[in-house]
Amino acid sequence: MHDLVIIGAGPAGMAAAMEARSLGLDVVVLDEQAQPGGQIYRAVETAQQRGGTLELGQDYRAGLELIAAFRACGARYLPGHQVWQVERDGAVYASDGRQTRMFQGRRILICVGAVERPVPIPGWTLPGVMSVGAAQIIQKTTGYQPGEGIWIGGSGPLAFYYAATVISAGGRIAGFLDTTPSGTLSVARAKWRSLASGWRDALKGLGYIARMRRGVDRYVKGVERIEALGQDRIEAIRWHVGGRWHESPARGLLLHEGVIPHTHMTVSLGCAHHWDEQQQCFRPTTDACGQTDQDTILVAGDCAGIAGAQAAQCRGRLAAQGAARALGRIEQAEFDKRFATTRAALQGHEALRPFLDAMYRPSAHLQAPDDDVLVCRCEGISARMIRDAVEIGARGPNQAKAYTRCGMGPCQGRMCGLTVTTTIAQAAGISPQTVGGFRIRPPLKPLSLGELASLARTGQAE
Amino acid sequence: MIRPADQFDVAVVGGGIVGSSIALGLMERGQRVLLLDEGDLAHRAARANFGLVWLQSKGDGMPAYMRWTRRSTDLWPAFADQLRQMTGVDVEYRRKGGVYYCLGEADFDARRRKVASMRAQADVFDTEMLDRTGLERLMPGVRFGREVVGASYCHRDGDCNPLRLLQALHTVLLRLGVDHRIGAPVERVEAVAGAFRIQSQSGFFESGKVVIAAGHGSPALAEQLGLPSPIRSERGQILVTERVRPFLPLPGSGIRQTADGTILIGSSSENVGFDDRTTVAVGAGMAARALRVLPSLAGLRLNRTWSGFRVLTPDKHPVYAESSRYPGAFIALCHSGVTLAAAHAGDFAEAVARGSLGAFLDQFHAERFDVRSAA
Amino acid sequence: MFVQPPKGVRSRLIAVTVDGEEVLIPEGSSAALAAMQASPTGTRRSPATGQARAPYCMMGACFECLLEIDGVPSLQGCLIVVRPGMTICRPQGAREIPDA
Repeated sequence: MHDLVIIGAGPAGMAAAMEARSLGLDVVVLDEQAQPGGQIYRAVETAQQRGGTLELGQDYRAGLELIAAFRACGARYLPGHQVWQVERDGAVYASDGRQTRMFQGRRILICVGAVERPVPIPGWTLPGVMSVGAAQIIQKTTGYQPGEGIWIGGSGPLAFYYAATVISAGGRIAGFLDTTPSGTLSVARAKWRSLASGWRDALKGLGYIARMRRGVDRYVKGVERIEALGQDRIEAIRWHVGGRWHESPARGLLLHEGVIPHTHMTVSLGCAHHWDEQQQCFRPTTDACGQTDQDTILVAGDCAGIAGAQAAQCRGRLAAQGAARALGRIEQAEFDKRFATTRAALQGHEALRPFLDAMYRPSAHLQAPDDDVLVCRCEGISARMIRDAVEIGARGPNQAKAYTRCGMGPCQGRMCGLTVTTTIAQAAGISPQTVGGFRIRPPLKPLSLGELASLARTGQAE
Repeated sequence: MIRPADQFDVAVVGGGIVGSSIALGLMERGQRVLLLDEGDLAHRAARANFGLVWLQSKGDGMPAYMRWTRRSTDLWPAFADQLRQMTGVDVEYRRKGGVYYCLGEADFDARRRKVASMRAQADVFDTEMLDRTGLERLMPGVRFGREVVGASYCHRDGDCNPLRLLQALHTVLLRLGVDHRIGAPVERVEAVAGAFRIQSQSGFFESGKVVIAAGHGSPALAEQLGLPSPIRSERGQILVTERVRPFLPLPGSGIRQTADGTILIGSSSENVGFDDRTTVAVGAGMAARALRVLPSLAGLRLNRTWSGFRVLTPDKHPVYAESSRYPGAFIALCHSGVTLAAAHAGDFAEAVARGSLGAFLDQFHAERFDVRSAA
Repeated sequence: MFVQPPKGVRSRLIAVTVDGEEVLIPEGSSAALAAMQASPTGTRRSPATGQARAPYCMMGACFECLLEIDGVPSLQGCLIVVRPGMTICRPQGAREIPDA
């Protein structure tokens, strides 16, 4: 039995582990990756060994210090372990690819981060179309940059940051199709407080945008629609701006429309979630320490709500403080002090959020795609089929899943769930909050029958 | 499609497979039907179903149920064809027979005795025992585990896609013009001057007759209408694998390969009220048993798990009844809604349209439980 | 689709095979990247639709990167770091039961 089982070793998980250890808790951290860092600091240790961290910026390199501190904090760290089931009584099942081990925690802290918002456009399933996050992972793990004819389509800080780092490394972007909705000035006016208190981050963002605009071969702003064309791979792209369509040959297209919390694990546990109107996605409902409505389950980091790496560390620390208090391992005075300090830091890091969320709101056609666009990649379900399901009675994604198989493939709704919810909402005229999301079942990661069957004999906790 | 709250001939409460099948049968017999349906997160047994259209071993101790199951499986091929013709939806009905695997000699003997005993009660099953060789001949190329000594085999058994079945039913009902209210839980039903007044969250309705086919949502309404609803909930869990090239030609007890290529593995039973979680303990047990039957499945990836709540009467056989206090109010409760869908759309709907269950279906009244407990 | 940067540090390349053909790929790559670079017209066909597919997210969410790696089928290639001599095979349609 461990005091705290932490799932995920990104900034939230690492900060939580360190804070919990400083309070004397016994901690185990289960990480799907081979080394700590989550997505934002992915492979930073090996990147440093390769000597390739410079172009990725100070923010990325900052991960090194955090990871070193994490490795030294005394938490038991298990890389290469995919958690496929968490049970409310604190049992966590993780597979190393060959065998499953069960861990028992008095408290479970879920820090599984974010996934990219799905970008369902015509042709998005073609080979050569990927997310910007995917390209960034390639960049971080290998140093590779985009080759000839690779375009970026979308908007949001990650897209600008990635493009800027490619330019800094001497790489090329054939074109950047910026889908940021027009009206920056009115957003800036409406969210001036956010802009004012988050001015440092805003300035950094402007720097990335400037570097990107200077360096890309072609930049188009105010793009309304993007399509990928081709047979067995992407061959061309077209985009709609200024009242007409434009076209260009392309060998790759990187899409990005922001990131959203990865809620599979918390939904599978039956934790309460709510629709976040500002971020246009679901997030778990928690108190200030990340405590969900299930006693043993806490969440921290982007999987609790998108706020970036620095905020994730603060939330991780708050969750560790909350867990320690629940376990009676911290004096109230000490808790109050740490909580107040961390909360204040968190507020600083979250300052720019309202502005960013308003600036980079996903467009309506992504939330309710045209009929022919594939919503569920795994099972080949189009937006039209979802609307047909609504017509014969589906008022939520689970009935739509029963009618069409959307969400039943290997990704279990990670790529389509949000789109299914918003498509049904639009077709049925009800709010996403009412529509709800997919019911998520274990295994959260694929598991072989043999590996599951072997638990019938053992099932001993570590 | 909004209609004014006018008179319906029959209101069917429950939009799962049982309710929808009955509604279809009534529509085809010229009845004006209102179908009231709870919505997305209702405990839809219809969505958590193994998909067997099964005859063998149904109804031990109740010959009437054996005959009823046989009747429905006889009607199923035409029922599936009709749905496809009317909606374009293929419910993937296949009837090539089905097997019940026996692991070890004791299991085989027990099964043989049961098959013989049931044949003596009502000779409707055409079920035979196959030894290992017979089983291998039936399913060439399939490698069975060491412990598989044989199986019982019924050539009338088959399977379908229960989700497509529900989709097809809802689609055909829409086309035929049934008034299908979704997200409209029924709160009250009362008899008023020879008709029934139904109060739901989407308004008031009136109908000449009412059929309660709401699975676990039935008891409260049944009580208002003097109808029996002696049911309890039993959780069943199912495992679903990744898609595999077709290799398992026949459905079997606890293992079948769907038309999509995924393998479904069951079965289990637990008394946990309405806790719909799936658990490692049960999943591991079902996986282990499946590997004893088909060891080659060991490397397959599990994609997801389901659970559902069986609607179980005390003897697990259906309850059909008309209220004696309020004639015209009927109830239909069963856990084999898929197998019985054809008979529900056929003979059962016919009986309701006619206005009385008749001697055969009267055998399914809940009074049979009182007789048992008295005896 | 992705290449060594024109300046700065260049990653060491190692050799793996994709469908029997040798491919040179940077250390630290995932098997999914190796397959993608070797096969620009797709790393698998969707069993549901028959369309050509390739990795999309590279972080374990999209499951487009399913590959057979060192003889084990249905693995998410993006979560597996390449080793010299790794054998990667692109799946041809739905999985087969080996000896059933």
